[in-house]
Amino acid sequence: MKASGDNPISYESFLQQIANRGRTMLLPALLEAQARYGHISPEVAGAIGAALCVPLADITGVIEFYGMLYDRPTAETIIRVCTSPTCSSQGAQTLLKELDQSLVVTPGHATPDGKHYLEKTECLGLCDQAPTALVDLAAVGRANSARILNPPGDFHTAIYADTPVITRRCGKVEPTSLANFLAHEGFAGFHNALKLGAEEICSRVKDSGLLGRGGAAFSTDIKWEGAASASGKPKYIVCNADESEPGTFKDRVLLENDPFAILEGMLIAGFAIGAEKGFIYIRGEYPRVQQIFQQVIDAAYENGYLGEDIQGAEFNFDVELRSGGGAYICGEETALFESIEGKRGYPRLKPPFPTTHGLYQKPTVINNVETFANVGVIMRIGVEAYRAYGSPGSSGPWLFCLSGDVENPGLYEITQPITLRELIYERGGGVRDNADLQAVLLGGAAGKFVSPANLDVRLTQEDTRAAGLGLGSGAVVVLSEHADLRQTFADLGHFFAHESCGKCYPCQLGSQRQSEILDRVANHEALPGDLERLQDVGWTMTDASLCGLGQTAASAVLSAIELWPDIFQGGAL
Amino acid sequence: MGSAKEISLTLDGKAVKVPAGWTLLQALEHFEIKIPVICFHGATTPEGICRQCVVEVEGRRTLLPACVTLVGEDMVVHSASERVLRARRTILEMLHASSDLSQSPELQEQMATYNADPERFPQARRRSAEVLDDNPFYVRDYEKCILCWRCVQACGDDLQFTYALALGGRGHETHIATFFDAPLPETTCVFCGNCVAVCPTGALRSKTEFFLEQGMDYDQIRIEKRKSRRDRGQS
Ligand SMILES: Cc1cc2nc3c(=O)[nH]c(=O)nc-3n(C[C@H](O)[C@H](O)[C@H](O)COP(=O)(O)O)c2cc1C
Ligand code: SF4
Ligand code: SF4
Ligand code: FES
Repeated sequence: MKASGDNPISYESFLQQIANRGRTMLLPALLEAQARYGHISPEVAGAIGAALCVPLADITGVIEFYGMLYDRPTAETIIRVCTSPTCSSQGAQTLLKELDQSLVVTPGHATPDGKHYLEKTECLGLCDQAPTALVDLAAVGRANSARILNPPGDFHTAIYADTPVITRRCGKVEPTSLANFLAHEGFAGFHNALKLGAEEICSRVKDSGLLGRGGAAFSTDIKWEGAASASGKPKYIVCNADESEPGTFKDRVLLENDPFAILEGMLIAGFAIGAEKGFIYIRGEYPRVQQIFQQVIDAAYENGYLGEDIQGAEFNFDVELRSGGGAYICGEETALFESIEGKRGYPRLKPPFPTTHGLYQKPTVINNVETFANVGVIMRIGVEAYRAYGSPGSSGPWLFCLSGDVENPGLYEITQPITLRELIYERGGGVRDNADLQAVLLGGAAGKFVSPANLDVRLTQEDTRAAGLGLGSGAVVVLSEHADLRQTFADLGHFFAHESCGKCYPCQLGSQRQSEILDRVANHEALPGDLERLQDVGWTMTDASLCGLGQTAASAVLSAIELWPDIFQGGAL
Repeated sequence: MGSAKEISLTLDGKAVKVPAGWTLLQALEHFEIKIPVICFHGATTPEGICRQCVVEVEGRRTLLPACVTLVGEDMVVHSASERVLRARRTILEMLHASSDLSQSPELQEQMATYNADPERFPQARRRSAEVLDDNPFYVRDYEKCILCWRCVQACGDDLQFTYALALGGRGHETHIATFFDAPLPETTCVFCGNCVAVCPTGALRSKTEFFLEQGMDYDQIRIEKRKSRRDRGQS
């Protein structure tokens, strides 16, 4: 990335300013050096180590862990082309060939003039406009080489909602205007919460039935009560905005359009559990979201919504924004803590759990962006009105990210449960060009394939679970009869092999072995026994891996083996 | 332990009592139920990374690593169920496809015990690497490395507090790194040898051992070592 002209202070002064905070500032220091110099040289790394008291070998370890950090020069501009399932099925492979011709560049290399560095990357969270690329800080949808060379700045995700609840302010307010937010009932939930008091907030969150929207659908109140009653101090609130599950972009849309609502949820959580500090960890591939949220934080400080004695309620709360560095695993909650602490993003062993031993080993509540958005709504409209949305087992409004071969890709807010068929055919306008449906990937890379015979499942936690499926992060990737399923399997294999942190053997080795076999399948070169190999690898990852990544890395593939066993035996589709 | 609380649980069908705070591994070994381990070592912090010690606990969705899971009241543990055996065999087969296990007799033995097929994964990407011979004391032969983390732990918080080694890369391409790949003499390494002592696979071995393998006798080794010291200008 370019050394930006808007850095008023030298890098040395910047290092001095952050030095007293030590290792927790390692990733920010490395990202800043990367942005200024295009890579991190041994000299700069050495200065960082000296300033933050981090062993030098560890700095190399951290640089090598994060995909957006480079230890050797790249180029003026970095082009990242997404090759995850949605983009791959919408022309990413053709796009790479086009770039090879127009720019004479292959992934992992710079153009002959040294101006552009090209890289394949996993899901950029821009799936509704596939194929996509990130060109330095600019998101490019419907990417071709012309749009990549001159990013037009026209990226826009469509939002569909019959009854907008979570998305009600989206598109109606200036996202960074506090006045606008307040004029649209902004912070009304927070003000109610201040009046209710901590205990009553927790009990209402419990009565609301709120389930976390980060993928695991865990009850929010259990976490909050656990952290509230934990004895350690200080306590922390963390907003997980690392959104990297292939096919998922809901958190980006919320943060781009209604960021104050997420801050509101964090404030309510902080007040409820007695925390005075919050972090929001936004993935490195969302630079625009980061800019927006920093403005929101600044405005909140200026207007008494952050800092000391907030709104005269004797409540102190600070929020700090942290950027990810290009690692899907850092969305796993404990890996995210490690990342904030300046380490490689390795998931921790559990127990202990974040509620007692989270960030800096202190009691921590970590929730997803959409979860925090729901918290504000519950506090504003009350439990009864909230429970009028959703189903008994999946209360409230739910967001779905529709992408792939569908007429109207975009973000869908669903307040009254509908089936997968209704989502695709009634709301989403059906399969593009009236093609036949071949399959749906539900819940992201960590989800499962659904065949056209099973579209009548209702999109709730309880119904999908009964059908052996899961909503995951709300990603719905539509694949028409024209999609090359074998390529999709290979894309999934690459995704997990690329994103496995490598800590535990089943996933470190299994994600690689799985990818090798899926590449063979994609090339119609499957060997006898490959189906059984995939199953042994898949079951072993599922059973024995340390964290959720490995435990779900074979989910989609195992579901595909059940639906289309012939493909894996080398037979024709 | 003495008056410490006791935990009742069932190990492979046998009801037992053990002190609270024990790991499943301690409990199983106490009752002479053999559990294979790879990364576990008494001198380094158990991180539960190899998962070879997994056991099945009724009511739990996944298998649990015995080395870091504490005993719990009324746990029903199966140390060699079908799922357990499949995981152990597959982990060994996958590991054998990536790393050179020829100098780890313990892993060879586990391969035999768990019926692991050394050829199970054809066309697999191996983690090949040149032998790094950059100091007078030991060589680093990372083709044999199984990423057990012990050397990094021994170099760091667990024993030496020297921090010359770290984990680099990610996923299957994880490897043991120094600062920008610097040769050991240019790092903080003090050549304490703790890493060599904990390495289970011969990835780290003393220079003498390395020379013997290459067919030298002790006189030749002495000459060779003297020569290498001279080359480094430290006679
Ligand atoms: C590999 C992996 C990646 C994850 N990525 C995310 C993510 O990007 N965003 C998120 O909110 N949760 C993610 N999670 C789930 C988090 O660990 C955690 O459960 C979640 O942030 C809790 O928030 P919630 O209870 O509000 O859902 C991920 C989990 C795993 C295992
Ligand atoms: S399951 Fe995968 S991502 Fe999770 S700790 Fe193990 S190697 Fe890392
Ligand atoms: S070099 Fe040896 S001790 Fe270090 S990680 Fe590899 S196998 Fe383990
Ligand atoms: S010995 Fe238990 S995980 Fe390695």
